[in-house]
Amino acid sequence: MSHAQPTAAAPKKRLTTSAMIASIAAPGQRTTPAPFGNALVALAGSNPDIVGLTADLAKYTDLHVFAKAFPDRFYQMGMAEQLLMAAAAGLAREGALPFVTTYAVFAARRAYDFICMAIAEEKLNVKIVCALPGLTSGYGPSHQATEDIAIFRGMPNLTIIDPADALEIEQAVPAIAAHDGPVYMRLLRGNVPLVLDEYGYRFEIGKAKALRGGNDVLLVATGLATMRALQAAEMLEKDKIGVEVLHAATIKPLDLDTIIAAAGKGGRLVVVAENHTVVGGLGEAVAAGLLRAGIAPRFRQIGLPDEFLAAGALPTLHDRYGISAEAMARQIRAWL
Amino acid sequence: MNSATPDTTAVTSDGFPYAGSNISLRERAYRIRRHALRMGEVQGQGYIAQALGIADVLAVSYFRALRYRPDDVRWEGRDRFLLSIGHYAIALYAALIEAGILPESESETYGTDGSRLPMSGMAAYTPGMEITGGSLGHGVGIAVGMALGLKRKKSDAFVYTLFSDGELNEGAIWEGVMGAAHWRLDNLIGIVDVNDQQADGPSSAMSSREPLHERFRAFGWHTQRVDGNDIDAVAAAFDAARAAEVAAPRIVICDTRMAKGVPFLEAREHNHFLRVEADEWQQAIALLDAIFSGKTS
Repeated sequence: MSHAQPTAAAPKKRLTTSAMIASIAAPGQRTTPAPFGNALVALAGSNPDIVGLTADLAKYTDLHVFAKAFPDRFYQMGMAEQLLMAAAAGLAREGALPFVTTYAVFAARRAYDFICMAIAEEKLNVKIVCALPGLTSGYGPSHQATEDIAIFRGMPNLTIIDPADALEIEQAVPAIAAHDGPVYMRLLRGNVPLVLDEYGYRFEIGKAKALRGGNDVLLVATGLATMRALQAAEMLEKDKIGVEVLHAATIKPLDLDTIIAAAGKGGRLVVVAENHTVVGGLGEAVAAGLLRAGIAPRFRQIGLPDEFLAAGALPTLHDRYGISAEAMARQIRAWL
Repeated sequence: MNSATPDTTAVTSDGFPYAGSNISLRERAYRIRRHALRMGEVQGQGYIAQALGIADVLAVSYFRALRYRPDDVRWEGRDRFLLSIGHYAIALYAALIEAGILPESESETYGTDGSRLPMSGMAAYTPGMEITGGSLGHGVGIAVGMALGLKRKKSDAFVYTLFSDGELNEGAIWEGVMGAAHWRLDNLIGIVDVNDQQADGPSSAMSSREPLHERFRAFGWHTQRVDGNDIDAVAAAFDAARAAEVAAPRIVICDTRMAKGVPFLEAREHNHFLRVEADEWQQAIALLDAIFSGKTS
């Protein structure tokens, strides 16, 4: 698979930060435009209960596609995330099926109490879909939701999903709409890489799925780290290192049965990769699940460090912080 | 006066269950206070001063303003009444008992293990409790969403949301105030209980609150301010809020007196969470009864 992430060697010309939401697609990579917005429009045509709400971020969360198609079902709440979540709760109480968008930092940090008490405690059918998860912006900590999963994992009733690519987003939209209860979904927007179609993948809430096999390493990944994990696995294959990639799109409830079964096979190194801090995300969820099951393989985490990250160009930052495909492959080689 | 006197009023067909009641709003307020004092006695302490202070507003709400069916609290045509201030649950339980939604016998369980009447109001626990309040600042925003949702359904029901002057400290209230005005939510009626008390002391000493009437008007709301313990004034304001022909949300700012109706409790300072001695509860109820029946003042 082609990819054009920079190597460890310093580029000759300094990369620029680009827009707030820099593309995560490599040059030449197949992409799908606005998979979330288009999937929501497709679904809303047959489900009149669906409404869309945002807090001044329709354009940057692909909800503008829905707003254009269904202007009378779109609620622009202004830059007011607490009102956004509370109003979504109110609409859900009256039978609507709200899809709510903002950036992950604002949902997790600013609106937490409103998601927790107005939505989750009452098991309301609100679907919170947030752009800029983890390290997908070069704007620095104000926009980088490196800890959103850690924050949300502690919230009862909330289903958490981190899709890997455009195909998964398209499939997740109807799935989370049909799911009874609140959902937090991380969003990749704009021209989103299309990868999983080559693996015959089918998204199911709560199911981790093996995308490829390998005898040396079990690489459990989620979100865009899965895309990078697949690229890293191909690089390692050239070094005769076999990597199984197990994609866990649903962080909560986590498919521990599948993960435990895979981790128990054949003494492989178990690595968990995520576009998230190593604190409180998929890595620690898997580690705790394995330990509770009495399984203690060699275990390593690939994720963002427990620090406020730098501003800059995404390829530079992904390589620096270890979630580019090359950086993943480097780390795994060093652990073997 | 026996608060268990059966009400002879039949549920009216248009959803105002006590429209033709032979029991006055003043008597309803008295009985709501009485129910609240009996619940307060179970705990020995708590938010009894707020309950006594807001009783007149709740009497007007449940016995004049709101459409609902006591035997069908989820009736789609009902007006929604949101208790943003979850710790006022004791007051709402008292009103729900008086309204025939909760049995009076259940007041003995207030705040006890396994009760449907927890200290802070929660939707899943109590029939007639629309939302889980208590994380202050939520009630206006939720009301905005419900009012939008009712308009989507072309329902003519209203959303009432009760919040407090202390709660105005929360920025989220003002997000909701702006949102309600932006969406011209003429089916949303806010009620602010201004009793000038919150956990650490007088609200007016904690945050700039006034001029409240001018503020809400500047935010685009149909605004009224009344003595919240003048039951006729509250009734008139609630009528006007509902009837006003403006494409705007409505607010009734109610200035109330903490512990209203029991003079020796009214006189206490720092009464946000009131400790009342065991023998004082019956004294309070006796005094309330005497004042209502005109035997003292």
